[in-house]
Amino acid sequence: MSPEQEGKTLKEQLWDPVAGFGVTFRTMFKKVVTEQYPFQKEPTAPRFHGRHQLNRWPDGLEKCIGCELCAWACPADAIYVEGAENTDAERFSPGERYGRVYQINYLRCILCGLCIEACPTRALTMTNEYELADDNRADLIYERQDLLAPLLPGMEQPPHPMRLGDDEGDYYRGTFKSPSSAPDSQEATS
Amino acid sequence: MTSAEIEKTDLVTLTIDGVQISVPAGTLVIRAAEQIGVQVPRFCDHPLLDPVGACRQCLVDVPDAGNGRPMPKPQASCTIPVAEGMVVNTQATSQVADKAQHGIMEFLLINHPLDCPMCDKGGECPLQNQAMSNGYGESRFSASGGVKRTFPKPINISAQILLDRERCILCARCTRFSEQIAGDPFIEMVERGALQQVGIYEKEPFESYFSGNTIQICPVGALTSADYRFRSRPYDLVSTPSIAEHDACGAAVRVDHRRGRVMRRLSGDDPDVNEEWITDKDRFAFWYLFGDDRLSYPQIREDGELRPASWPEAFAVAARGLADAGAVGVLPGGRLTAEDAFAYSTFARVALGTNDVDFRARPHSQEEADFLAAEVVLRTDDNGGPTYADLEAANSVILVGLEPEDEAGSIFLRLRKANSKRRTRIWSVAPYATNGLHKMGGTLIPARPGAEASVVNGLTHDTDVELDSASVILVGERMATSPGALTAVARLARTSGAKLAWVPRRAGDRGAVETGCLPNLLPGGRPVTDASARVDAATAWGVAGLPDRPGRDADAIIAAVGSGDLGGLVVGGVDPDDTADPAAFRAALDAAKFVVALELRQTDVTRVADVVFPVAPVTDKPGTFVNWEGRAREFPAVFVNPNALPDARVLAGVAEELSALGQGAALGFRTSGEAHARMVEMGPWDGERTSLPEPAASSSSAVVGGDGEVALATWKLLLDNGTMQDGEKYLRATARTPVCRVSAAVAQTLGAMVTLEGDRGSVTLPVEVTDDLADDVVWVPANSTGNGVLADLASPGSGVRLKGADQ
Repeated sequence: MSPEQEGKTLKEQLWDPVAGFGVTFRTMFKKVVTEQYPFQKEPTAPRFHGRHQLNRWPDGLEKCIGCELCAWACPADAIYVEGAENTDAERFSPGERYGRVYQINYLRCILCGLCIEACPTRALTMTNEYELADDNRADLIYERQDLLAPLLPGMEQPPHPMRLGDDEGDYYRGTFKSPSSAPDSQEATS
Repeated sequence: MTSAEIEKTDLVTLTIDGVQISVPAGTLVIRAAEQIGVQVPRFCDHPLLDPVGACRQCLVDVPDAGNGRPMPKPQASCTIPVAEGMVVNTQATSQVADKAQHGIMEFLLINHPLDCPMCDKGGECPLQNQAMSNGYGESRFSASGGVKRTFPKPINISAQILLDRERCILCARCTRFSEQIAGDPFIEMVERGALQQVGIYEKEPFESYFSGNTIQICPVGALTSADYRFRSRPYDLVSTPSIAEHDACGAAVRVDHRRGRVMRRLSGDDPDVNEEWITDKDRFAFWYLFGDDRLSYPQIREDGELRPASWPEAFAVAARGLADAGAVGVLPGGRLTAEDAFAYSTFARVALGTNDVDFRARPHSQEEADFLAAEVVLRTDDNGGPTYADLEAANSVILVGLEPEDEAGSIFLRLRKANSKRRTRIWSVAPYATNGLHKMGGTLIPARPGAEASVVNGLTHDTDVELDSASVILVGERMATSPGALTAVARLARTSGAKLAWVPRRAGDRGAVETGCLPNLLPGGRPVTDASARVDAATAWGVAGLPDRPGRDADAIIAAVGSGDLGGLVVGGVDPDDTADPAAFRAALDAAKFVVALELRQTDVTRVADVVFPVAPVTDKPGTFVNWEGRAREFPAVFVNPNALPDARVLAGVAEELSALGQGAALGFRTSGEAHARMVEMGPWDGERTSLPEPAASSSSAVVGGDGEVALATWKLLLDNGTMQDGEKYLRATARTPVCRVSAAVAQTLGAMVTLEGDRGSVTLPVEVTDDLADDVVWVPANSTGNGVLADLASPGSGVRLKGADQ
């Protein structure tokens, strides 16, 4: 009897060394949890906090009014906004004011969602898009054009006049006449 | 009875929230409460405006009005003066007051829109703050389905000021300001009930030089400016206190900036100087800093073309050029901080060894230089100079060649306050009674341009004009061109005992006098002609000796460059069109062998200069402006910009290169701070001062007339074509329409338009009849048309011809 085996029971000598293989064997019949990312993308949880999106009204006008409440709410100081005035000749949003500059710095953003809670017009929401990586810092500062929701059918690229109502009140109260082809809302879940 | 006893008898003792407090009689309850640390919410109350009790937000409970009887209902504490034995309970201790304030807040919010996110006031709004601190969380009106009263979104009450009537809570601060402070009551409350609103007179635009103050005192976002509209939120801004650079008043301003850009300027709070008011020019004219024509790197001329250069190279080239050019004249201009002016003064004396330095880039005279040396320099509150407080307390004020509304806004407001509160008598020696003079309740003493001296001399015989030691005489800088006027004013001040002050137009003028940017003055009021003063200055500068003859003034420098006596020129912020003879100045620039320009932006000087240095604007350097009182107004740098060198640093660099070439010595300082320390070390001159020489006997030679010529009277309006107002189209749109003022008799011979012909060109303007203007005098604004009167028409005081120009 070798010195190691001295004083060990029969179970310890024979059963224990193969017991671990039992785990392996059992797992062979279970469902595989490995995800084949990035070859195969899985959907996130529906309320996952991903990249932001600046929404549009059904006629394509922007919902953002450049109020900077998102920038104020941001605990990471990731958002920079400059407002400007809409004119009759050049209108980007209903009402007097729109966001002329809108930047989110994804190097700073912690995707906490306080900004979308602060947004008074639901212009800012979050998508489930999580692929926020790049090989340089500059490209991770998303500008307004990177964040704006794509134009859906029935939408028109601003600047253009208010198509759905006479004034911004119609937009905010939702009393506008919905264009036939436009969807009710294209906000992402948040 | 001592003064302490008098004060004591004037005290009234009352009880606020159970705390006994003694305050001077006449104090309002709302301010007595502030003294025990209780902030009663308020909107309409403003310490500098008369009480009105419009908003009712400051309701307090008064269980004992001082006579043992309670007030039956809560009272507005902003309209009730304190009474002996009064008992007041504010919201801090009284349920009644608290409930009343909550109720008022609910009323105010019934019609107030919920557009705080896009409102420029959001974040610094008294209504927002006090709705949080003294309001209900819910509105019963909205909850029960009430619909807010709405108005169309903002209407322009001037090009600059926008009114959003929905947001207005009818506190009447703006209308009271316009009426009580500025004297431009173009806005007033109209309509009744829920429809009450601020309205304008449709025939008269809201044309006030002080309209921007209404934006600042508006407790909600009802008044906003077109310039600052939606540009940033209050919580983005960093505030730096500063001093306005547009006039010699030394008004305190607050510069709000974001990411290295000035976003807006607000009035600072300085009770001794500008109280809480500034002119629209101080408030809105800062865009000149951000134009495309800003210089950002040194340039040197090579083969006839300017090319970029490094700072050391530019210093060396400038020094070599100045050394080779022979004698050099220095024209620093009048917009410098005292430190930079001191650097120019030192540079001329120490590095160039000349007294040919003159800050006066405008029409001037030898008499003015003598007057500045004898009567102005070193004159402050400490040794008999008037202050703003003296203006307010004066029995009478005489303005000679000064239009305060256009040339010194803070003086205008102070004089208006003195007249309306204390019935101070104001006289103005001027060609006609301006609207500003009417607003100050002043009386005109008519004087043709050039004839002010005899008018001022005649004042002593005029029984109506009373002058004593509680009087103030303010003389404007344009009296330099009126022969004998400054001497006459100085004599009037001496004989009457009145306090005398010289009010220039530019922020740096007085500082340049104090630091010796004059051919006859060294820094600290040391006369060039005084040997001991020269030794004193030379010792302070650490040089062996200084030139002992007074130098050339600006006109003589220009003439000497033209004739070849001077080879080089060092020019600071001088606009050729401001100088006495623009054509001669331009010719001198071309004739000079070597021109060094220190400028902020491209000008006609930098375009022909051999070396161009970009200098730091007031936002990028610390400094001191000396205002008309002689009060030093220090301000810090707003931005840290290592690439922006103040004039002092540039001149120090050139002086060091010059001394390496064996000419002169280094300045002994480089930064603004070092210049300031050296200036303080040098101190004021405590020896003999020069006295004002009597002018030549026949000083009334400038009277024009005959041949159908009329005398040209002119001054610059507050808002005109000045280069420091560039880039702000809304401000420029509020400028007054340039008109040519003539008497009624002359106007009959002309049509609606008149063409003025002078020896430098002609100008066509609409005619405006002005009753008290003499028939042989015509007035035009100095810089509201073309390149200005000096370049396009004739020099002030000379004769011009009028011709009807019907279109």
